[in-house]
Amino acid sequence: MALIKDNALRPDAWVLVADDAELPESDPAIVSFARWRRDRARLARRNGPLGLRLGSDQPPEGVADDLAAFDLIALEFPKFTDGRAYSYARILRERYGFAGELRAVGNVLRDQLFFMRRCGFDAFEVGDDIDIGAWLEAFAEIEVIYQPAAGDTHALQALRTSLSPGPTRMRVTA
Amino acid sequence: MYAYDQRDHAMLAQRTAQFRGQVARRLAGQLTEAEFRPLRLLNGLYLQLHAYMLRVAIPYGTLSALQMRGLAAVARSYDRGYGHFTTRQNIQFNWPKLDDVPRILDDLAGVEMHAIQTSGNTIRNVTADAYAGVAADEIEDPRIYAEIIRQWSTLHPEFTFLPRKFKIAVTGAPRDRAAVRVHDIGLQIRTNEAGDVGFAVIVGGGLGRTPVVGPLIREFLPKRDLLSYLEAILRVYNQLGRRDNKFKARIKILVQSTGIARFTEMVEEEWRRIAGGSLDLDPHEIARIAANFAPPPYDRLEPVDPGFEFKLAADPRFAQWCGTSLARHRQPGYAIVNVSLKPVDGVPGDVTAVQMEGLADLAERFSFSEIRATHWQNLVLPHVRLGDVHAVWLALATLGLATPNVGLASDVIACPGLDYCNLANARSISVAQAISRRFADLKRLNDIGDLRINISGCINACGHHHVGNIGLLGVDKKGEEYYQLTLGGSDDEDAALGDLVGPAFPYDAIVDAVETIVITYMDRREPGEGFLATYRRVGLAPFKERLYGAHQG
Repeated sequence: MALIKDNALRPDAWVLVADDAELPESDPAIVSFARWRRDRARLARRNGPLGLRLGSDQPPEGVADDLAAFDLIALEFPKFTDGRAYSYARILRERYGFAGELRAVGNVLRDQLFFMRRCGFDAFEVGDDIDIGAWLEAFAEIEVIYQPAAGDTHALQALRTSLSPGPTRMRVTA
Repeated sequence: MYAYDQRDHAMLAQRTAQFRGQVARRLAGQLTEAEFRPLRLLNGLYLQLHAYMLRVAIPYGTLSALQMRGLAAVARSYDRGYGHFTTRQNIQFNWPKLDDVPRILDDLAGVEMHAIQTSGNTIRNVTADAYAGVAADEIEDPRIYAEIIRQWSTLHPEFTFLPRKFKIAVTGAPRDRAAVRVHDIGLQIRTNEAGDVGFAVIVGGGLGRTPVVGPLIREFLPKRDLLSYLEAILRVYNQLGRRDNKFKARIKILVQSTGIARFTEMVEEEWRRIAGGSLDLDPHEIARIAANFAPPPYDRLEPVDPGFEFKLAADPRFAQWCGTSLARHRQPGYAIVNVSLKPVDGVPGDVTAVQMEGLADLAERFSFSEIRATHWQNLVLPHVRLGDVHAVWLALATLGLATPNVGLASDVIACPGLDYCNLANARSISVAQAISRRFADLKRLNDIGDLRINISGCINACGHHHVGNIGLLGVDKKGEEYYQLTLGGSDDEDAALGDLVGPAFPYDAIVDAVETIVITYMDRREPGEGFLATYRRVGLAPFKERLYGAHQG
């Protein structure tokens, strides 16, 4: 898999660790929700960045009290038509103020990137064979937006008359 | 009328460019049909039985003469010279070619129209009372809020992949002409005890396979909280609506399975978290949108026009048409003119390019360039001086649009049915045509009085058969077209779902059966009693007996 972050393809330092595998000593590691529930105490003491992967039927309310433990949360799109993670992303950013990396994984397609980013995702796991230029264009296709979403704190009317999310606008406020 | 500003125009231009790219990628084979499908659906493009179908939104049913000309041009240049007005204030073009669609969208953008979110599992075109702004009984113009909702819901990043489609209707009057109780969310403008204007919120109504008259979940929502409350409802639904079975994915199923009380609690809980935040509707913003819907510069007229009264008395055909076509306008000396799209033997809702242009001319001359689309698949010229009504009638007659049957038995609502749709079990249009022929006699038609007949070609209920006074549902019986009959449905403020009468009738017998129901009603009614009132008084039994008695002996 390749990773889009900060408007470019980036190397991915994180590894997804299977539930029965050993975690790396201190390298960035992503665990499942089941693993987190099982090994919470040990994982929280671990030295090194920790990530959590949530399925589309695992709402973030389930880890609301644990968010400080994670540097990254990966939200799964099992099918691109399953839109639950859009809400999860906004809840993580806006309700809980999660400021770490929010990564879209699974069936991530070019034409969903615009919506994902507006909901607070800032990293996107994509196929290795994508045309990165064409995919990055997807962020900039629509510049006029009508509603506040993750990171937009402007009042509604100001938003509609003056706000334009350019391709570099990736700010996410906690 | 809402006038687009620079940003609205820019958004449409960007959106069309984006879709042009998607079509190009599809035609180049870079997108599979499965991947292209949700993208085309977000732009109102369906793949039907014979061809693509493009559904264009007429937000809250308001059209300018210029927009009507734009639709006529699309019908003429890219289709077969006609368009089809639907029950949800949309117009459908049945024969566009895929590679023409980006050009069609460019043309539509030129007249401030689009096809965004007219299909797909998104928040669909927001509908409203077709008499908005002119109805005598209106508290406030629902289009103001429908436009605010249209903007908020357009390309909403969180709610573009919902479990299922999502329909919102708004009405501003106690008389419900927007069917708010059979929508995913229905908003009814009302005044509370303190005299403030806000909304009653109804959630989880709908037709389709599981018809439900929606429950009220909030008696009064202040205006400023409109969008935050909608966002809370949608957020609960997006997370919890079923995604494993498309037939159980609408919000009505979630409301029913969760229980109304618990569902309401979840919505209120989420709403309390986000209320007063960035979605708060500032009164200035409401006023800015409302200014677009200010009344046109009416003449100060006497409430009675002697010339109109004279023609009414002198010409019974004109009087007959006025009897079914005019509704009371809030401005003295003006009338709301309904235009039937249900000529005898016609296809309900179909309008040719020539007729569209004729209507645009009439709107320009006589109705401040405004036209409305109703959820009964008819059109409205909303502001006609009483003194001009006769001239409008004559012109409509020339266009073949002066059928005096609005609200009567031959004003049938029908879905496209088996003639166009790949979901249908049975034809709808030809049954509607046969009904219109059967009740073509005007004297008898008027004697029968107000009657709503709705026909759906399958269980998805696009013809809203559940809420027809007489509802017909096409079913398949071993490859034969049959029709189930329901009685007593209504979609206005006393909304009710029709009751199933008994075994279905075959295609050849269904119009006779409808006539039998009508005759039974006429035999049983008290003087002046309408169909619904008679049905509610006498119940199913007399109808059953007349329909099946002979066979069941």
